[in-house]
Amino acid sequence: MAKKFLSGDEAFAEGVRLAKPQVISAYPITPQTIVVERLSEMVEDGSLKSEFIHVESEHSALSCAIGASAVGARAFTATSSQGLLYMAECLTYAAGGRFPIVMMNANRSTALPWNIYGDQRDSVSQLDSGWIQVYAENAQEGLDLALMSYYIAEHKDVSTPLMVNLDGFILTHTYETVDVPTQEQADAFLPAYETENKLDIDVPKNLAFSAGPEHNYIFKYKEHQALLRAKSIIAEAEKKFAEIFGRQYGGLLETYLTDDADYILITLGSIAGLCREIADYLRSEGKKVGVVRLRYIRPFPTEELAAAVKNAKVVGILEKDISFGNEGTIFTNVNSSLFRSGINIPAYNFIGGLGGKNISHEDISEIFDRIENGTEPVNFIGIEASEK
Amino acid sequence: MTEIIWYGRGGQGAFTAAKLLGAAYALKGDSCYSIAFPSFGPERRGAPVRAFTKLDSKPILDRSETEKVDYIVILDETLYSDSLKNLLKPDGRIIVNTKHEINDEVYSFDGSSISNSLHLPTVNTVMLGAVSEISGIVTIENLNHAIESYMPERIQDKNKKAIDAVKEEFR
Repeated sequence: MAKKFLSGDEAFAEGVRLAKPQVISAYPITPQTIVVERLSEMVEDGSLKSEFIHVESEHSALSCAIGASAVGARAFTATSSQGLLYMAECLTYAAGGRFPIVMMNANRSTALPWNIYGDQRDSVSQLDSGWIQVYAENAQEGLDLALMSYYIAEHKDVSTPLMVNLDGFILTHTYETVDVPTQEQADAFLPAYETENKLDIDVPKNLAFSAGPEHNYIFKYKEHQALLRAKSIIAEAEKKFAEIFGRQYGGLLETYLTDDADYILITLGSIAGLCREIADYLRSEGKKVGVVRLRYIRPFPTEELAAAVKNAKVVGILEKDISFGNEGTIFTNVNSSLFRSGINIPAYNFIGGLGGKNISHEDISEIFDRIENGTEPVNFIGIEASEK
Repeated sequence: MTEIIWYGRGGQGAFTAAKLLGAAYALKGDSCYSIAFPSFGPERRGAPVRAFTKLDSKPILDRSETEKVDYIVILDETLYSDSLKNLLKPDGRIIVNTKHEINDEVYSFDGSSISNSLHLPTVNTVMLGAVSEISGIVTIENLNHAIESYMPERIQDKNKKAIDAVKEEFR
């Protein structure tokens, strides 16, 4: 292992290099981030033996990855914001075709008004596309997820594409020290991709076909079951990862001081660190608060979340997303999970960070305060009365 | 936590300086953590830009915008304004690349004369050396180590000479 001072994009590119995808397809124009620039340099200098295909759009980037996966190749692409939305048609093709492509998405705002700063509306809007979705908190987790993603996505019980999300700028453009594993370690962790779901001249079969009503719903049922099965494969991947690399993640979600907490803030992505820091401070003042960081939101950690908050009096959900005319989508998902689990406690939604708006110490402190003392069901944080 | 804001113009290398300082600090040892980031959003050559370094003895969880800082480093003196002192923590300092004495509260350092004498197109590493000398956050050796690790090989020597020249200046 070597310690390097890298941006989230660069760390992720190192993880992809170690995973050795045979095909990388990408459209290099804004809002794309430099992860694909680094990968193209690695291909150019020979440190990554991969076919790097420059395409003319994000729609083509994913189409190309689907084509590569359909002949049994390990494929990678990356995107962000409007680029992800332009891919949307292909997202369901990849998922329905059960092509285990790994894609990095830099979470950036969606137009209009045009803005390339970070928020999570791009990926959250695509939750129903059939992809596994995971959110990193820091650059190290990004690198580690690049490796773990292939293990999970390509597992024969899953065979589903996976989107790794890194908060735009806050993770993608921020430099920090990262442990870069050796190729030997990566090879010991990640087996070569083997599948029967490919075009093979010796075993001819039809892929990406039509299916009428009598069969179509069975495919959809199986797609759903595969995502649910991914839960145990995620646990398996993390166990093996910890054995080889010595870094352990918390599975579908991570809890902090939740065991005896009355007030729990649930969030995802890079803001979780600041939430934990504020929780520490509030604990020192005697307040029983805790934090849950959702890592995977597809499959959604219904049982794990219920276990984490079952003793809480109130929960708050902080997210960089809004489903206009309703509420934050993570809030909807959390409430549904708690309801299904028979947990009937107040839950408040806090929408923050849209279009890259900073979420400050004071904002998080105020959120904890409002969780404890009650507030509106859905709250936009950091917006002044005069701005409403 | 020690926090530094770098002010420069696009192309002057403010972010490179922020990054090298973060890397140099991380190279000091196991309980030295750092993050460095540019001002978020699109950037243009010549336009004012900011960059940030945060340093601490424990992993840095707080990725929010820097509000109060220990050091403000200004690569282009036209970006200086008196109001910047409002961003400083109580013992914070402003370090400006300038040939003039600005005022008693500001540390004026003529970095451009050093970079010009070495035919360096940017003053960023010279000012990085000045920050090292004034603050003691990192040593000149840490900076040289960072330059060797993270700058393209063809410009390493020139930039290490710049750091050495700053060291001489402070002797």
